[in-house]
Amino acid sequence: MSDQERAKQDRRQADASSSEEVMDDVSVAADASERGERLKNELDELLDEIDEVLETNAEEFVKSYIQKGGE
Amino acid sequence: MAVPKTLGIETEYGIVHRGVDSPNPISASSLLINAYLSRSAEPGSGPGAPRVGWDFVDESPALDARGFTPVDAIAPEIETHMVNAVLTNGARYYVDHAHPELSTPECADPLSVVLQDRAAECILAESMEAANAVLPDGQELVVYKNNSDGKGNSYGCHENYLMDRATPFSRIVHHATTHFVTRQVFTGAGKVGCELPFRDREHIPFQLTQRADFFEEEIGLETTLKRPIINTRDEPHADPLRYRRLHVIVGDANLCEVATFLKVGTTALVLAMVEEDMLDQRLGVVDPVRALQAVSWDLTLTHPLTLVDGRTATAVEIQWELLAAARRYLDDRGDAMVGGPIAHEVVHRWESVLAGLESDPESLAGQVDWVTKRRVVEGVRERHGLDPADLKLAAVDLQYHDLRPERSLFARLGAETLVDPEAARTAATTPPADTRAYFRGRCLSRWPDKIVTANWDSMVFEVGGETLRRVPMMEPTRGTEEHVGTLLDTCESVEELLERLSTQRR
Repeated sequence: MSDQERAKQDRRQADASSSEEVMDDVSVAADASERGERLKNELDELLDEIDEVLETNAEEFVKSYIQKGGE
Repeated sequence: MAVPKTLGIETEYGIVHRGVDSPNPISASSLLINAYLSRSAEPGSGPGAPRVGWDFVDESPALDARGFTPVDAIAPEIETHMVNAVLTNGARYYVDHAHPELSTPECADPLSVVLQDRAAECILAESMEAANAVLPDGQELVVYKNNSDGKGNSYGCHENYLMDRATPFSRIVHHATTHFVTRQVFTGAGKVGCELPFRDREHIPFQLTQRADFFEEEIGLETTLKRPIINTRDEPHADPLRYRRLHVIVGDANLCEVATFLKVGTTALVLAMVEEDMLDQRLGVVDPVRALQAVSWDLTLTHPLTLVDGRTATAVEIQWELLAAARRYLDDRGDAMVGGPIAHEVVHRWESVLAGLESDPESLAGQVDWVTKRRVVEGVRERHGLDPADLKLAAVDLQYHDLRPERSLFARLGAETLVDPEAARTAATTPPADTRAYFRGRCLSRWPDKIVTANWDSMVFEVGGETLRRVPMMEPTRGTEEHVGTLLDTCESVEELLERLSTQRR
């Protein structure tokens, strides 16, 4: 069996969880969709006010942002 | 044999001095750091208080891990005349080239790194506030946690991993390269455009990483030009017979805590597996420099990489294989060398992020920077009907990394946090309890006027008259709260501390 197949099998084993874990997964999924909703709202809010937050002259700001190489 | 993965991150920040005709980034960086050191809140600091400088005696950045110094290599210069301070959390805060740089204290696990990386952001934000309070009206210093100015100039975010000296360096190179090429799918901080010649924004409007465009070699000593995927600097800052320090220069600075956690956590696991020789040799990527860029430029995450045995696999598929190996490593060898129980959280998160990348990358907004940033860039582009090359999108990119809390786009996006913001503020002046940083930071808080210099592996104390005493700290896992907490709490003076330390040694 190749490593890739083994990796996939490991994943399937990880996926084949007990009912308790399935319940956990359901609540995790609910959390995730809640978080997704919240993230979308925050993004919409930011897009609504982006012109107030962004540097006033975006073009000038980008052109003048010059750094020396580091490290 | 795996050794405990003592970890740390060094970040060079972008800096802008507004309101002056010809800004000088070196003096701006000095001003920024001095303003922080001069504010009164830092114990042992404040106006008139003694400053503890960095000690360069043990620095040898030209030593090469391959056992020789190539004649054409340009070794990093050490700039001793610039501001260079040790902080009470055990960190180093200094001017490097033309950037403010902060090296976190040594950490014992990836979550501790996340905390200290956040603490570093607090320090930079507080530095801006302190500097801007003393600058004339109309002037301002602004700091960005990114790695590129979009015009071909890059500055780094380096990671450090303590490794077993006995591990053959060639084995590290082979497997670490595979990981560095493929981990970009979750470590990338995202970038509008491309900085290689003949590939403008029309061709590559957005890519996964800030840094991939700047790498030209597979292996080498340089960090500022001809940048290599594997940096060979051999400067362990610890017992050189037992340890090496892998100095990783290929990563991006992350804003998402989950990304920092995974960047450091997965790499620590891969390196522990290298030490134990548990990874399959066939898991090597052909032509890694091109592969690094190909992965970074491919937003579909489907680019087939050719492996040394002729197979092809995507970056995500290779990451699944490394994850499966990491699970086997934890089952066989336990978690003691990779940060303890937190290593299991790394594996858990690694799995959920890879699954997300396969099923719905958008779901990783707030966890993975390139996804988080891209949503804003795309949102602005769609709303305003902009061309992909519009400079407004590049402005969004830059401002994602702005460290001013009121200006940071990242801060408005509700990213997932792994550490409490209040704990991060505390960590700006409190060292980790579980590495030698504890000894350094606590000594500095208690006896700032008795410490002449400090560096990663020693401290020099002044004890009466003109006598100086150097305390070596060659073992990064010693000097912890467990080892020296009581000692530091109960010693009345530095003289007593040194006396009791020498008795302990005997």
